[in-house]
Amino acid sequence: MITVEKLTKKFGDVTAVEGLTFKVEEGEIFGFLGPNGAGKTTTVRMLCCLISRTSGEAKIAGYEISKEADSLQIRKMIGLVPDNVGLYEDLSAFENLDFYGKLYECPEGRRRENIERFLKMLGLWERKDARAGSFSKGMKQKLALARSLVHEPRILFMDEPTANLDPESAKTVRDFILELKKQGKTIFLNTHNLDEAQRICDRIAILKTKLLRIGSPEQLRESLTRHKTEIRLAQAGEALISSLKKVIPNKIEVSGDKLVIDVTDPDKENPNIIAAITSAGGQVREVTQLVPTLEDVYLQIVKETK
Amino acid sequence: MRISKAWIVATKDMRVLLRKRYAIYSIVIFPLIVGIGLPLVLRFAGARHGGLHGTQLLTIMNAFSFLYLIGATSLPTVLASYSLVGEKIEKSLEPLLAAPVTDSELLLGKSIAAFIPPAAALYLSSIVFMALSDLMTHDRLGYSYFPNWTIGIILLLMVPLAAILSIEWSVIVSSRASDPRAAQMQGLFIVLPLAAIYVASEVGAISLNTTTLLIISAVILIVDIILFFLSTKSFQREEILTKWT
Ligand SMILES: Nc1ncnc2c1ncn2[C@@H]1O[C@H](COP(=O)(O)OP(=O)(O)OP(=O)(O)O)[C@@H](O)[C@H]1O
Ligand SMILES: [Mg+2]
Repeated sequence: MITVEKLTKKFGDVTAVEGLTFKVEEGEIFGFLGPNGAGKTTTVRMLCCLISRTSGEAKIAGYEISKEADSLQIRKMIGLVPDNVGLYEDLSAFENLDFYGKLYECPEGRRRENIERFLKMLGLWERKDARAGSFSKGMKQKLALARSLVHEPRILFMDEPTANLDPESAKTVRDFILELKKQGKTIFLNTHNLDEAQRICDRIAILKTKLLRIGSPEQLRESLTRHKTEIRLAQAGEALISSLKKVIPNKIEVSGDKLVIDVTDPDKENPNIIAAITSAGGQVREVTQLVPTLEDVYLQIVKETK
Repeated sequence: MRISKAWIVATKDMRVLLRKRYAIYSIVIFPLIVGIGLPLVLRFAGARHGGLHGTQLLTIMNAFSFLYLIGATSLPTVLASYSLVGEKIEKSLEPLLAAPVTDSELLLGKSIAAFIPPAAALYLSSIVFMALSDLMTHDRLGYSYFPNWTIGIILLLMVPLAAILSIEWSVIVSSRASDPRAAQMQGLFIVLPLAAIYVASEVGAISLNTTTLLIISAVILIVDIILFFLSTKSFQREEILTKWT
């Protein structure tokens, strides 16, 4: 659905994005992760034909972003939730959506139906005639989401759609995104929320100007080279810890009677660690191999590239 | 270029503009003063010395007619800078530019929105102005001065040309401003040459006969054409999105 090849964008001397190559399949939720300034917004803007690319190419459903004639076709089939909601504050929620529906040539009947459907799904129908300017940040964010859908796009680009939302609204939006996936839409999601990415994305790309890693959340977690072993002791005394630190080189964190130890190869290291604890007089009650989270993966990858 | 798309943008912009009190004041006050206030001046100015007479009266009436040209150069500026800089402030350009509209459709839409309300206000006002002025001066002149060729050329030829000038200039200025008031102030510079002509005519240094007016029209037309290219050049999506914000 989306094919990106060696896509590069420079703003003067600043290279915002360099040599991006990846594919997004139809019907997939594709998470795009990266620290501030990584180039997420820049990438989305290029894919939405808002800014030109410096080199490389990307195709959306076969249309090339660099071709003027193609870009109009691309814009017809995509929806964008930008990082700034960009609503017309003096217009009502309904008028905002209606304007966009018209702009996308969505016929009157369908337009009204869609506006009603999406506003109801996002809990804004009661406020449809209120000025968008009178909405809270979260309501604006939801309205911007509805706006991107009025013309029933096949592909959606969302730039941090849950950034301003309270946990409950964030969940509404996440469920909504999953619902859109069920309808077969392709979703390109920029986010900082790793937990969110892990929960709803089929595949995730980690970006920092260059593409660092790409894969399903499971693949990314498995690729992690640092693991954590949690050991619960009968008692984690000072003396025990300091004598343990002399024997094993691994990083040890202590909390209460639990030790969290960084390991690279749990199968090899865990027995040695336990033996060391036992010989230092400690009593092991429970050993758990902590499942790495996407956050662990992310932090490691981003750190490695510093 | 699809006019229908431009019209969708134009109606949206007019709806936004007509909800801003400041924008409404700025398009209503000037036409109100010229349309109703100035005919009263014709009636009562110098009344103690028997009022204005003959050529004196005609010079002043021509000069007053010329004010419609000043209005046409200044009023659209206010709206154009609002609708252009307003999009910047509300950061609404990104979703707008992501929609299937071309740069020229957007530019045309915004220009229409800045043109129609002031043009409507000025034309309405001019009808009132002509009727009232005739009413106030008929007894002294012995005939109805309006309508005549002078105001005809001003309203039908110069006002549209000047409004276009004002909008194009605003587009160029707005591409650099991030505050609508600042854009308006710079936008209003375009009025200065015309104001100078107005003053010159008031003091009788030049006569605003049809020849002079046609020459001024030709000059405005030429500037319109030059500014057309400059304004479309400064209104390009990547520029607008990355430099305007
Ligand atoms: N219009 C612009 N002019 C110059 N540099 C820009 C422009 N837009 C982005 N950049 C630069 O490009 C880089 C990537 O920015 P971008 O906004 O794409 O990052 P991001 O991943 O979206 O960050 P965030 O998480 O903060 O939203 C940054 O170094 C930024 O300064
Ligand atoms: Mg961003």
